[in-house]
Amino acid sequence: MNIEVKDLNLWYGQFQALKDVNISFSEKRITAIIGPSGCGKSTLLRVFNRMNDLIEGVRTTGEVTIDRENILDPSADLVVLRKKVGMVFQRPNPFPLSIYDNVIFGPKIHSSKNKDGLDEIVQYSLESVLLWDELKDKLRKSALSLSLEQKQRLCIARLIAVKPDILLMDEPCSTLDPQATQRIEDLMRELKHNYTIIIVTHNMHQAARSSDETGFMLLGELIEAGKTEDIFTYPKDKRTEDYISGQYG
Amino acid sequence: MRKFKEFIIEKLILLCGLASIFFVALIFLFLLKEGIALFKYVGIGEFLFGKKWYPISEPPQLGILPLILGSIMVTLGAAVISIPIGIACAVYIAEVAPSKFKEALKAGIELLAAIPSVVLGFIGMVTLVPWIKQVFNIPTGLTALSGSIMLAFMAMPTIVSIAEDAFYSVPKTYKEGALALGATHWQTIYKVLIPASSSGILAAVMLGIGRVIGETMAVMMITGNAAVIPKTLMQPVRTLTATIAAEMGEAVVGSEHYFALFAVGIVLFVISFFINVVADLFLHQKKV
Repeated sequence: MNIEVKDLNLWYGQFQALKDVNISFSEKRITAIIGPSGCGKSTLLRVFNRMNDLIEGVRTTGEVTIDRENILDPSADLVVLRKKVGMVFQRPNPFPLSIYDNVIFGPKIHSSKNKDGLDEIVQYSLESVLLWDELKDKLRKSALSLSLEQKQRLCIARLIAVKPDILLMDEPCSTLDPQATQRIEDLMRELKHNYTIIIVTHNMHQAARSSDETGFMLLGELIEAGKTEDIFTYPKDKRTEDYISGQYG
Repeated sequence: MRKFKEFIIEKLILLCGLASIFFVALIFLFLLKEGIALFKYVGIGEFLFGKKWYPISEPPQLGILPLILGSIMVTLGAAVISIPIGIACAVYIAEVAPSKFKEALKAGIELLAAIPSVVLGFIGMVTLVPWIKQVFNIPTGLTALSGSIMLAFMAMPTIVSIAEDAFYSVPKTYKEGALALGATHWQTIYKVLIPASSSGILAAVMLGIGRVIGETMAVMMITGNAAVIPKTLMQPVRTLTATIAAEMGEAVVGSEHYFALFAVGIVLFVISFFINVVADLFLHQKKV
């Protein structure tokens, strides 16, 4: 499912966090958004599932089209949107419930009647994140007892259970060690066959390794976007070049 | 010299710290000594489960079952009223209210906590009691129900403020996680926030109940003080606390009646100690 961003501006009170952002994300690809901290990359990501609505005093202009619908429209149905566009957070945030209840949280809130088939959903979702074999015997245990990496995988499984089209990942590996990071990246490459993935990261190597396309942001502006290998080998803009060669950030 | 000063100050502070423990121990021992003296005259089973409280008849009958049931009835009534309202109020303050209104509400709750119980008691006496008498068409409005309603007002501030703290202590990430999965605000509240703060909410409820069971003045003024085993909420009852307050002044020191009142004090002490311990366990429960 494509995402088209047209002339997007966003303000937190007086502060303009996004300036005239234009970009499109293609289906079943991994797009990385990179840039130094405070450049607005997380803010941009949070536009796509309207999580910025939680913050008081946020104002947006422009247009973001997902599935031919402008999601910035005040009448947009947030429940439908967030079912379609799932988000993985920086710190793994499983609910303080059992592993099983974490996975079925989404399916249960979205359909009131369909009580059977939940076991299948749990198995399918956990298999998708390669956790099933590890956890199939402890589904009733608290999700808080898992390791950080398992928690993050569980959070991804929890999204898969609602069958989204788009996965937003906000620095999903920043709390993980290098091995766990690599395994999550492998998982992302697995998942892109079925999902459109947008990942925000300040780890350039991660972007270079795992994404198909990359966008570079600086001070609220999208400086340039394109195929990952192009951005990292022939950046068009001087500022991109400076950033990826480690001049700042 | 400076060292000596430090030494003196440290020891003084230590003494103040020990004083509180010392006084608690002293009070408890005194209570125990005076209360246990009763059991020379009356068996413990007869005392706890005796159905008649006629302390000044000859011989005195000192069964506190009606008083225990009176306390339980008033407390349960107050709990049924104050727990749902209190928790809902905490949810509203912590999650729903716009920030300006939230401040006003919190100030209101604090003010409610600051009203002396005797004032609540007499307001209840002149407004609630006649109203209940009229609405239910009963001979007197001095009933367990009146006590429950007034005590619910006293338990509310405790329940609201502790439950509210419990909601604030839930990590923001839980809420974001639930909303990002497409949960509505209300689904987020009752499927994630309330379960995540359940131990804090239980502690709030226990402390609220503890407040109610130990309350004396308001119940004495509006529950009618009839030491009979209550059958419905619509009849007068007498609580443990009101019994002590009302009768201690006229009990002859060293009489069975006098010792019995102390024994009632022990019963109350045990109940509120138990409630506080349970609340504490919930509050300091380690998250798994």
